[in-house]
Amino acid sequence: MSTGTGSGTSSWVTMTVNGVEYRRELDNRTTVLDLLREHLGLTGAKKGCDHGQCGACTVLVDGRRANSCLLPAVAQDGAEVTTVEGLAAGDELHPVQQAFLDRDAFQCGYCTPGQLCSAVGVFAEAAAGHPSHVTDPGRASGQGPVELSRAEIRERMSGNLCRCGAYPNIVAAIEDVTR
Amino acid sequence: MKPFGYQRPATVEAAVEAFAATPGARYLAGGTNLMDLMKHGVETPAVLVDVSRLPLDAVEELPDGGVRAGATVRNSDLAAHPLVHDRFPVLSQALLAGASGQLRNMATTGGNLLQRTRCGYFQDTSAACNKREPGSGCAARDGVHRDHAVLGHSERCVATHPSDMAVALAALDAVVELYGPEGARTVPVAEFHRLPGEHPERDTVIRPGELITAVTVPGTAAGRPSAYRKARDRASYAFALASVAAVLDTDEDGTVRAVGLAFGGLAHRPWRARLAETALLGQRLTEEAVARAVDAELALAEPLRDNGFKVPLARNLAVHTLSGLAPARSPQRL
Amino acid sequence: MRPTATSTAAGAVGRKPALGAATERLEGRDKVTGTARYATEQPHTAPDCAYAWPVPATVAAGRVTAVDASAALALPGTLAVLTPDNAPRVGESDDPILRVLQDHEVPHRGWFVALAVADTLENARAAAAAVTVSYEVRPHDAVLREDHPDAYVPETANGHPGRRERGDAREAFAAAPVRVETSYTIPPLHNHPMEPHASYARWDGDHLTVYDSSQGAHPVRTALAGLFGLEPGRITVVSEHVGGGFGSKGTPRPHVVLAAMAARHTGRPVKLALPRGQMAHVVGYRSPTLHRLRLGAERDGTLTSVEHEMTAQTSRIKEFVEHGAVAARVMYAVPHSLTTHRAVRLDVPSPSWMRAPGEAPSMYALESAMDELATELGMDPIELRLRNEPATEPDSGLPFSSRHLAECLREGARRFGWHQRDPRPGVRREGDVLTGTGVAAATYPVMCDPASASATARPDGTFLVRIDATDIGTGARTVLAQIAADALGVPLDSVAIEIGSTRLPYGPLAGGSAGTASWGWAVHEACTALTRRLADHHGPLPGEGLTAESDTTEAAEATPPFARHAFGASFAEVRVDTVSGEVRVRRMLGVYAAGRILNARTARSQFIGGMTMGLGMALTEHSTSDAAHGGFAERDLASYHVPVNADVPEIDAHWVDEVDTHLNPMGSKGIGEIGIVGTPAAIGNAVHHAIGVRLRELPLTPDKVLAALR
Repeated sequence: MSTGTGSGTSSWVTMTVNGVEYRRELDNRTTVLDLLREHLGLTGAKKGCDHGQCGACTVLVDGRRANSCLLPAVAQDGAEVTTVEGLAAGDELHPVQQAFLDRDAFQCGYCTPGQLCSAVGVFAEAAAGHPSHVTDPGRASGQGPVELSRAEIRERMSGNLCRCGAYPNIVAAIEDVTR
Repeated sequence: MKPFGYQRPATVEAAVEAFAATPGARYLAGGTNLMDLMKHGVETPAVLVDVSRLPLDAVEELPDGGVRAGATVRNSDLAAHPLVHDRFPVLSQALLAGASGQLRNMATTGGNLLQRTRCGYFQDTSAACNKREPGSGCAARDGVHRDHAVLGHSERCVATHPSDMAVALAALDAVVELYGPEGARTVPVAEFHRLPGEHPERDTVIRPGELITAVTVPGTAAGRPSAYRKARDRASYAFALASVAAVLDTDEDGTVRAVGLAFGGLAHRPWRARLAETALLGQRLTEEAVARAVDAELALAEPLRDNGFKVPLARNLAVHTLSGLAPARSPQRL
Repeated sequence: MRPTATSTAAGAVGRKPALGAATERLEGRDKVTGTARYATEQPHTAPDCAYAWPVPATVAAGRVTAVDASAALALPGTLAVLTPDNAPRVGESDDPILRVLQDHEVPHRGWFVALAVADTLENARAAAAAVTVSYEVRPHDAVLREDHPDAYVPETANGHPGRRERGDAREAFAAAPVRVETSYTIPPLHNHPMEPHASYARWDGDHLTVYDSSQGAHPVRTALAGLFGLEPGRITVVSEHVGGGFGSKGTPRPHVVLAAMAARHTGRPVKLALPRGQMAHVVGYRSPTLHRLRLGAERDGTLTSVEHEMTAQTSRIKEFVEHGAVAARVMYAVPHSLTTHRAVRLDVPSPSWMRAPGEAPSMYALESAMDELATELGMDPIELRLRNEPATEPDSGLPFSSRHLAECLREGARRFGWHQRDPRPGVRREGDVLTGTGVAAATYPVMCDPASASATARPDGTFLVRIDATDIGTGARTVLAQIAADALGVPLDSVAIEIGSTRLPYGPLAGGSAGTASWGWAVHEACTALTRRLADHHGPLPGEGLTAESDTTEAAEATPPFARHAFGASFAEVRVDTVSGEVRVRRMLGVYAAGRILNARTARSQFIGGMTMGLGMALTEHSTSDAAHGGFAERDLASYHVPVNADVPEIDAHWVDEVDTHLNPMGSKGIGEIGIVGTPAAIGNAVHHAIGVRLRELPLTPDKVLAALR
């Protein structure tokens, strides 16, 4: 079975964002980021570079962090997306949101939604035992979760630029959540 | 970006058919480079044939102890897979040295091989670039080219291939599996990417409409000491200034039985260092022997005006990494 | 830090002063939940909102001979293509870069030559790509060199005298028993705030409303009023949340003019967010600077002569000369001194403000040269600096309102463990890694501009403070509320604050580390005036409450007979990989004397943020002037290397208690910029200590380090 007509340049796309299902006819060129920001009014995910080079647009797609600026929405038909607006449970902040507040882990706030979604992704990746560039290469697979040392946090969060230079506070905030 | 159609075939055969049936089609997998280039106007597909959901996402063990990674396996999953991580550390390390956690979650095995140079003039449609527009010239040769090639470049193109993964695959004698209008075939990774020569517009030997379906890493190197070392301008999330992938097999007294050595960031393709490998075979793996072998390889280098530093950098990385693989040695890291 | 009691904290008995406390950012929750709205994110965006996409010039210099928009206009959704031929004419401006699409000249690559407007973002991008521009190209000259025949000494460099001489520096240098003659090079640097420059513009009849990513709404309004020939009262500019600026949003930028033009031309609201790839050429950058220094000293380290000559570039259309030789006028006691700025006009984008303009480059050069002198003397670099502490500001002879550099150096040395340091360079090896430590001093001037504010006591017992301040991430919103709470003597949570709009009383831009002083003074004055009014008021408050206003023009413009600067000391430990030439910072410490610290939490963030940008300047960041093609080669965040998390180690920032009664009612100095100032030299000096070779061109990337190690 094939999806898409091949000739039309727009498609109907269904996507669940923060638990709400949306169905929209979209220009095939529309990225998930632009869908969120320009069509759904969810401006939490930010556009910093639009080329996957800053991480401000990071959201969770089916539970994994991704740069939403590089995802054509049409190719994510059926996906479940979580943005920064979907991290808190009602008025109760996600622990990493609270930790960012406690540690002053942001200044201008523009990279923050991406940092937060990225951090949530990092927790899952580390829990699943995924190694990083700084994980001891001698650590065999199947040894359970990777402990998030500061070096691990720094490396794993390096896809999210912060020009204000809040990195030490971001690391401290993420460390707080892992404790 | 021009408007484009979109198709999501359910099978490899259907994808190849859809591609063949549509002029200006491009395969879409992770999209991390394709979307980037479409936004730059470098890629202007009429139709995207989405292959990201094809059943090509398995990592399987081969009878010889090797591994077969489907084309749509995400880079992060491949790096973390026990078969890869434990048997072919160089591949896992190369994958983890590339891009960011987010991008590795999106980028695929096939797409990583097919990513295009990050040469700024290639990405800028107003600049002369023979790779983007054959015959238009090469702005990089006289322009800013600190990050460009020192090996195997041509008058027409001095771009480098940006992949880390491909460098490790080249050193591991990995093989690309392709499926196209004329059926299936395989090509060694080390021969998959081209040197620019007269036709820099062709990055690889892939034929029109062909789709990468998998990459296989033969079991020969499974469990051998191997490592990937990358030098870059910042600690993470940067392309290689130079990198090296090394796989080594020595006997008890340190004599080299087999060696795979490849450089990244130096050429239009992952640079398999055959001269150095040949020089090392049967030799005791001393630092001096390694240095002589690497120097023989890098004697081929023809640096441009502003990138001569890559030669000593690559030399250091290679000598140090290979020496570090010798028994009872371990590489220092920052 | 111990909060310093002042006359302003006249609160009720037992009330803890708000100032000095580590108060959480008032907008913090909005920022972590994604509800803080930046320029183009307004929830009330009109459904017919259009999108604009600029077309940059693709030649290094020349003239537009034709703009063919026919293909773009034929695309679905295209509403208009503005060109130099059809764009609305605008009036004069003090800033030539704002007069976009008014003529056919192309002063540099990336200059805007057209603007596509369409119904969707996707269509706008496609329309811009379909515009064909023809040029008459003229030869260009886009690379700064010291021996450029057009180099000249400007009268002023950003308001500082272009050349200053005391005594006879050349003769004194020739006679000095110990001499250091050296040169340093800093490449072009880009601010690259995470939020691109962006505007949402809407005309309602003859009223223009602009939501702009700017460091100052009022300056944007003033510029738009001049350009569009409107009374300022007919323009509203809102900059409520701003995703960083670092100077690049300190002056109005062409995107806001284009957005307003496009909205007027199409009759629709327009969003324009600059594509990252266009920013390098149109929102300013720190000019490359070439430095020559000559230091003469007695054998005991007493300086006898300092010469600092800096050469920077500016554009053909605007003179902006980085004041990168000013530090020597402030820093050290020396009888003979010559400081000179030189500029060269080139076919390059106009340089502009970037965090600690002047001080960051001049202190990199001076503090690196001081380290060379310490090495030459065989003297501890901290001792050398202490030996040359001046009694008065060397250039002006004015007394310092406060100067605690020595305390910063001593406190930093204690915290950093400096005294255990082995001064020998190139001897600390851990495997393939060489390590070293370095120190440098920092300075940044204290500035203050006039502002107005209002404070209202509301019948429900709460207070509302209004001022057009801008919070670009500094924590201004929070600290102004703290100032108000203390001036009113009420709890912080009874104070509401409105900032970031020209609907509010005038405030200057967030820049020059002067925001808090300028706005805070006005807030303080309004609140103390309100307190007096309340004391005189009897009975319940009227429904609209009681309001008092302030205007600090007279007070802020009065020039006190003091030299006013913040000071600091930066320390760094680095690891240099001798295999790859990669340098990583292991730890950094900054100790600052910056007056009274008003919010310990946001102040620390500002210091470490500045230090992080300094780390980038030292190790990772550079733009390359493209000699062959014009413009900058690095135009995206993959090639322009802002430091990533993994680059940034343990950073600690501390401050010494500093009471200075010659500043403003809060006793505060600016803190947003001084963090970057000493960091690059501290890192560079540490690299020298590690490898034993002095590198004199930033950034210290593997190519340069490896060459030095061979």
